[in-house]
Amino acid sequence: MTVMIVDDEELARRLLREMLAAHSDIEIVAECANGFEAVKAAAERRPDLIFLDVQMPKLDGFEVLELIGPGVGVIFVTAYDTYALRAFDVHAVDYLLKPFSKERFEAALALAENRLGENTPPPALLAATARAPGYLERVVVKDGARVHIIPVSRLDFAEAQDDYVCLTSNGKTYLKQQTIGSLEESLDPRQFIRIHRSYIVNLDRVVKMEPYSKDSKVAVLSDGKQLPVSRSGYQRLTALLGEKL
Amino acid sequence: MHPLFRGGRFGLYLLAWVPIACALSFLLAVQARVSWLAATGIAIPFCLVLALICPSAWYTCRSLPLGKEPLRRILITHSVSAAVAAGIWTVVAAALASIFAPIGSNRAILPAVFAIGMVLYLLAVAIFYVVLAVEAAQEAQAREAEARLFAGKAELRALKAQVNPHFLFNSLHSISALTSIDAAQAREMCVLLGGFLRSTLGLGEKTAITLAEEAALVRSYLAIEQIRFGSRLEVREEMESGCEGYLVPPLLLQPLVENAVVHGIARLIEPGVIRIAAHRSPGGGVSIVVENSFDAEAALEKRAGGFGLVSVRKRLEAHYDGAATLRTAAGEGRYRVEIQLPEESSL
Repeated sequence: MTVMIVDDEELARRLLREMLAAHSDIEIVAECANGFEAVKAAAERRPDLIFLDVQMPKLDGFEVLELIGPGVGVIFVTAYDTYALRAFDVHAVDYLLKPFSKERFEAALALAENRLGENTPPPALLAATARAPGYLERVVVKDGARVHIIPVSRLDFAEAQDDYVCLTSNGKTYLKQQTIGSLEESLDPRQFIRIHRSYIVNLDRVVKMEPYSKDSKVAVLSDGKQLPVSRSGYQRLTALLGEKL
Repeated sequence: MHPLFRGGRFGLYLLAWVPIACALSFLLAVQARVSWLAATGIAIPFCLVLALICPSAWYTCRSLPLGKEPLRRILITHSVSAAVAAGIWTVVAAALASIFAPIGSNRAILPAVFAIGMVLYLLAVAIFYVVLAVEAAQEAQAREAEARLFAGKAELRALKAQVNPHFLFNSLHSISALTSIDAAQAREMCVLLGGFLRSTLGLGEKTAITLAEEAALVRSYLAIEQIRFGSRLEVREEMESGCEGYLVPPLLLQPLVENAVVHGIARLIEPGVIRIAAHRSPGGGVSIVVENSFDAEAALEKRAGGFGLVSVRKRLEAHYDGAATLRTAAGEGRYRVEIQLPEESSL
């Protein structure tokens, strides 16, 4: 079994390495000190199991999980018990609370070995359902080896493209594997409106509405971009904007 | 208790009647043409009577607080009691006059005597209302001060219970890792952790500690975090001589330094610096700065600070009553908290 260790504290990584050393059948393929490294290493090494810290610089453990491909077992390792429910939602193999005993560690590892090869749903889908309480504050997107962090305040609009959403922020576009429905659920509904089957718009970017045909309208954004607005989308929009338009 | 019977005030009160008695003698001697001896003989017992009646107004005043009882009722009650008091004093005046001076010659001044009695009684009523108002204000002030003191203590208690449990869990995890890697350092970390916890416990009874003591506490906290974070954490301390003895509320800086670690250093990939500086400010107070490197992008969505900053702000307010200021600033990858404390003697 190939294993990856992700923790921003060196001592914590060394402890895991030491505990894993007793198992000759386990190969540590990567050790990462932050979320960026973890996403990159996971793509390159394709480990079977990741020991994943939650609170780390740049990306937290759940964001890392959202960005790595399916088929990876995850054991969360953290001092915080508050993430246990979310960990359960993303089908984590186990949840180790720091400090943990050797026995507890072995039990988690045995669980992971049993589940090896099991088909788990894609993490991105799970991560969307396992959101932290409250609305999303930033969206993370993987672009090849790079990871982009987009604060939702800088998100202009999102467009559905099959199993992906195309996010536009400051004129740049980012493709993320997620359905537009699950993205809509994770965003603050007072700020982001589903104006169309395929579009979510940031309310702050909408400058005006213009008629397009007899039955439909378009929303004009501050950069001149026009987005189609469905009838129900128009109702949602006017309900929120009130007299503004 | 009646305000006139407290702490030997009654003598003073009687003394206040002397000029009134003099004025009355003058009135009798000049206006009613009574002999000076008779006038004095009448005025003194006479004033004594009123002096004994007037204090009773206190009880009527207290039972009829202004603004709570209908004004009409208050006016009627006091007018009636004033009339009764003045009536008693007029009867006494007539009786005394009949002893000291021939009847008839002074009948004419009885209405004037009655009026004076009314005015003096109502004056006493007015004075008692002022006394009641002052007492109520003092009581409210005392209650407010007590509430503030209590709030400050509760805040401190809450803060002490807040030696962040996750700090403990993470430290224990580091110790757990060190036991096989470097047993000597594991032991050192146990000692540091024990020392830190003991010193925070010991602060329970104190309302203020010296800046040097607080700095030592912060140093022992940072020594533990230093083992956890290794080369990722660099600490710089600048304490100007003359600041060490300055008294501050305990655990004033520790939450700020903990914020600097949790929201600053822990979110950085590259090594970061925490700078703690204390200087005497020109006004005689002390200026303290806690500054740390931080990831501006990560802090964009999640405001650094949180509970720690709020509680420090509240405790400064409770302890210095607005004379201390706390300012935060972020820029160029640094987050800075600056506390300005007033001169100690002004506390």
